[in-house]
Amino acid sequence: MEKTIEQIKEEALKELEHASDAESIKAISVRYLGRKGAVTRYLRNVSKLPKEIRPKAGKKANEAKKTLETLFKKTLKQLEASADEADSRLDVSLPGRVVPQGSLHPITQIAQQITNIFIRLGFDVAEGPEVETDYYNFEALNIPKNHPARDMQDTFYISKNIVLRTHTSPTQPRIMENQKPPVRIISPGKVYRCDSDLTHTPMFHQVEGLLVDENISFGDLKGILTTFVHQMFDPETSLRFRPSFFPFTEPSAEVDIRCVICKGNGCRVCSKTGWLEVLGSGMVHPAVFENVGYDTTRYSGFAFGMGVERIAMLKYGIDDIRKYFQNDLRFLRQF
Amino acid sequence: MKVSLSWLKEYVNVDMSPNDLADALTMAGLEVEAVSDRYDYLNRVVIGRITTVEPHPSADKLKLCSVDVGERVITVVCGAPNAKKDMLAPCALPGTCFPKGPVLKKGIIRGETSEGMLCSEAELGLGINSDGIMELGKNLSVGDTLNKALDLSDPVFEIDLTPNRPDCLSIIGMAREIAAFQSKKVSYPEILLPESFDDISNYSSVTLMAPDLCPRYAASLIFDITVGPSPYWLQDRLVSVGLKPINNIVDITNFVMMETGQPLHAFDFDRLAENRIVVRTAGEDEPFVTLDGKKRRLDPEMLMICDGEKPVALAGVMGGLNSEVEDTTTRILLESAYFDPVCIRKTSKKTGLNTDASHRFERGVDHGGTLTALKRATQLIVEIGGGKLVNGIIDEYPNPFSEKTIEFNDKDLNRHLGTHLNIKDIGNYLKSIEFEVEEIDPDRLRVIPPSCRVDISRFEDIAEEVARLYGYNNIETTFPLIPAEATHPSKKIESRNRIKFLMTGLGFNETINYSFVSERSCDLLELAPDDPKRQVVGILNPLSEDQSVMRTSLVPGLLETMKYNLSVQNKNLKLFEIGKVFIDTGQEDTQPNEFEMISGLWTGTAIDLTWFSKAIDSDFYDLKGVVEQLLWKLGVVNTIFIRMPPASCFYTKPGATAQILVKNEPMGLVGELHPKVLANYDLKQTAFIFELDLDRLIQLLSDEKFAQPIPKYPATSRDITLIINKDVETYKIIRYVKMLDEELVETISLFDVFEGAPIPEERKSVSLRITYRSLDETLEDVRINHIHKSMTQLLVEKFDATLPAE
Repeated sequence: MEKTIEQIKEEALKELEHASDAESIKAISVRYLGRKGAVTRYLRNVSKLPKEIRPKAGKKANEAKKTLETLFKKTLKQLEASADEADSRLDVSLPGRVVPQGSLHPITQIAQQITNIFIRLGFDVAEGPEVETDYYNFEALNIPKNHPARDMQDTFYISKNIVLRTHTSPTQPRIMENQKPPVRIISPGKVYRCDSDLTHTPMFHQVEGLLVDENISFGDLKGILTTFVHQMFDPETSLRFRPSFFPFTEPSAEVDIRCVICKGNGCRVCSKTGWLEVLGSGMVHPAVFENVGYDTTRYSGFAFGMGVERIAMLKYGIDDIRKYFQNDLRFLRQF
Repeated sequence: MKVSLSWLKEYVNVDMSPNDLADALTMAGLEVEAVSDRYDYLNRVVIGRITTVEPHPSADKLKLCSVDVGERVITVVCGAPNAKKDMLAPCALPGTCFPKGPVLKKGIIRGETSEGMLCSEAELGLGINSDGIMELGKNLSVGDTLNKALDLSDPVFEIDLTPNRPDCLSIIGMAREIAAFQSKKVSYPEILLPESFDDISNYSSVTLMAPDLCPRYAASLIFDITVGPSPYWLQDRLVSVGLKPINNIVDITNFVMMETGQPLHAFDFDRLAENRIVVRTAGEDEPFVTLDGKKRRLDPEMLMICDGEKPVALAGVMGGLNSEVEDTTTRILLESAYFDPVCIRKTSKKTGLNTDASHRFERGVDHGGTLTALKRATQLIVEIGGGKLVNGIIDEYPNPFSEKTIEFNDKDLNRHLGTHLNIKDIGNYLKSIEFEVEEIDPDRLRVIPPSCRVDISRFEDIAEEVARLYGYNNIETTFPLIPAEATHPSKKIESRNRIKFLMTGLGFNETINYSFVSERSCDLLELAPDDPKRQVVGILNPLSEDQSVMRTSLVPGLLETMKYNLSVQNKNLKLFEIGKVFIDTGQEDTQPNEFEMISGLWTGTAIDLTWFSKAIDSDFYDLKGVVEQLLWKLGVVNTIFIRMPPASCFYTKPGATAQILVKNEPMGLVGELHPKVLANYDLKQTAFIFELDLDRLIQLLSDEKFAQPIPKYPATSRDITLIINKDVETYKIIRYVKMLDEELVETISLFDVFEGAPIPEERKSVSLRITYRSLDETLEDVRINHIHKSMTQLLVEKFDATLPAE
């Protein structure tokens, strides 16, 4: 009995399975699909079949032919492609040719992050001199000469009335002298204090801010600073405001956040308290407004400040403040 | 300040745990820095039972005791006469830190090992008996620690007081705060002056010569006292807050100071000439020996307490050696005064004497509490020192302080805080901290703060008190309503940020170095004697020699950073810094000029060793390329680099330094570091640096930008090689071509420089490619050839060039 078309197809597939090069595939192709090939011959014989089964058998045979043709072509193509690949094969695991990129200092990055949050809240950036007069650094901010509050900031002196600024707050009276409310400014910059140990360097960075307008309340201070903390740290970070003292604000508040390291369980970083001090703040003292000629019955406002190194320490888990100014390349490149 | 719970409880009931109390104090603005138990040192003292007592083989007065300390029996050498078998006594184990002495170690006493110490009451700081070891009740269990067995526990709060709260520099002041947040009342000590005789005016007087600096001076007289050690309770109180007992009189003055916040001073009445007190300012350069035995020179800003002849105390700061209470003293004059805070602060600063008294006076003591403290101490001196009180008190107070009255509306207070408190609540909060409160209108209060609250003088101070007592955290969080206005961002800040980003893109790591450098740094940079960078701004009180002047250049900082990095094997560095330098104006007591600079340093390889390249060292052109790229990206045009004249090279190598000119103005330099400077900084590896004046550079920047059309027609280029003298700088050729301004010349670039055979020794060959293009048509070769030929001719003539042999 003659073989059925299914059997022929089956045999062809079996042979193809064992073919490993283009030559043998081509040979198989000829054997089945060539002029004298098995499939061709079968097709030719279809006309001799009884009339009633002829169309069905013809259709089947044509389908088998098509399937085999496609399959042979596909297999051939695959073989060719892998031959090409072998010719141009790369070790893609070799490192690429890098255009080396540098890095911004972590303090720059954190200061920019802080500043940008306040810019989004509508604040302008203001800068001022690093070598300041005693007046702007202290007196304009309600820290008279011979006041014990001066002990809160160990000061480097250049001469009797010239100091290295101990905070970036002097920018505030400088701006207020030239601008009527509303005032919304943020002042980032270097500051200097005569102190050096594990947690203090004689130079560090602060970002301080000021908002003055009519009807500004302590509640508004809480709102802005809560937003800041939630943008800078986790939006779930809880915070607390606690009474404190700064000569240029009244009421004054320290802002603590739940320790980002231990989540409030108590660890070395938060001295077991579960809280971290991150900001100083308060309602601007009326004496400061009087010094710049603002009407204290009409305007109120709040001021705040933070140490950039401290925020960076918390964000990046840096344990020694001196690392910032050692500029070890292995440190810098991490940021 | 230290405050012990046991002492606090004398004046206020505390029903909170020590930790809760610490939290509450912190949240009231009295930050508790630490809480510790003052008996913690007894943790290594255990109840021991003496099991045997044997004589010490080589010392008559000593005994060898076996002591059962619970888990084992140890040998202890003991000299106490009362040590006997079966006695229970405190036994200190090695590691015990005695209040008055060193840490106990296991030791050998006269040849015998002693593994602990049997202790007396006095040795343990639990009493004054030092005659023998402390005999403990038989009901205690052996091995227990002493503090547990005797239930000794007294938390001590260390409080970081802000300078506005001198009222809390006392136990009663703290009690007042605790009473307020616990809704309790303070129980003040009852003062009952004992029986007295005669009248103080018959014995003494006080004269105020400087009532502005000493507005109030009160004194009492006590005769027939006996100076000696204080009773244990008094010593213990002082020890609990970290003070050292001295004698009963001094201890009482310290005790009352701690209790009330009012410093007191006791004079030996018999050593006061004419038995009287005169308060006056010091003379110019007046000498005086303070209690600490140091001779001091005073000035007219300082206040002196004098007797009829001479100074006897530096007012408010320290007593004098010449009137100190001694063991033989029998009659004392006790001082309680109010001194001007500024005067005391100046004196304290000038003399460097920061005492418990000056600390309080310079912050402001309670001018209404002068007599209370005086009477309290007088009473205690009579009780403890066994004296007789002279009747009456001298109270020189010519111009009494007026009470501070503050009036305000509840509405203003609520608006300031963002609260919704009613007037009753506001009043009650203030009453809880002993303010006098009067409702003068349904919406208006008149309040008088207690005289101890020197920090309260205006409405905002009241607002803080109310906010504090209501709780900052109970105030609703709101947002300011302000117009959505914006000003133009600062060009300087934006440009600086942009430059920082560009530098990182160019592979540089940003550094931040200290703004102060060593005074020697100008010498280390080999600056000329008249270099403006030598106009340094000195710091009067530097932390160290290395940080004694403000920098006038960023280079020293970068070199120090390079040095540090080389020392930790970071050999390949591309660093930059943007920061200020400070130049003295030459005028006294004025701010220096501050200039912002950018400086970069490249040392080590330009290309690291990789699988596709050998390591290549960096050179001048690497760093120059960085500067060029930076300026190009910033849109700075008309930049040229010219060789810096050797006489102008100080910290860079002559010949390998370029001056950077923008629009013909000097903007900075780029060059190789001078070998001398390398040696000065002990650097063993060459480095290249650049410096640019950032302020001026930023001024030149513009955000205006116009897009140029993209040419429609193709360009054609022609090459030209010129053989010219070696010393002709190539930029001149390029500049010359540009200057010719031939409109079809699109670009000119340099692609080869060659020296050596067959080029004559004094000449070099320079190859240029000129690209020609027209914006209107495709150029024909004939036309380009013609222009190129004339261009070549001009260059040959201008630069005395020859063309290579065909």
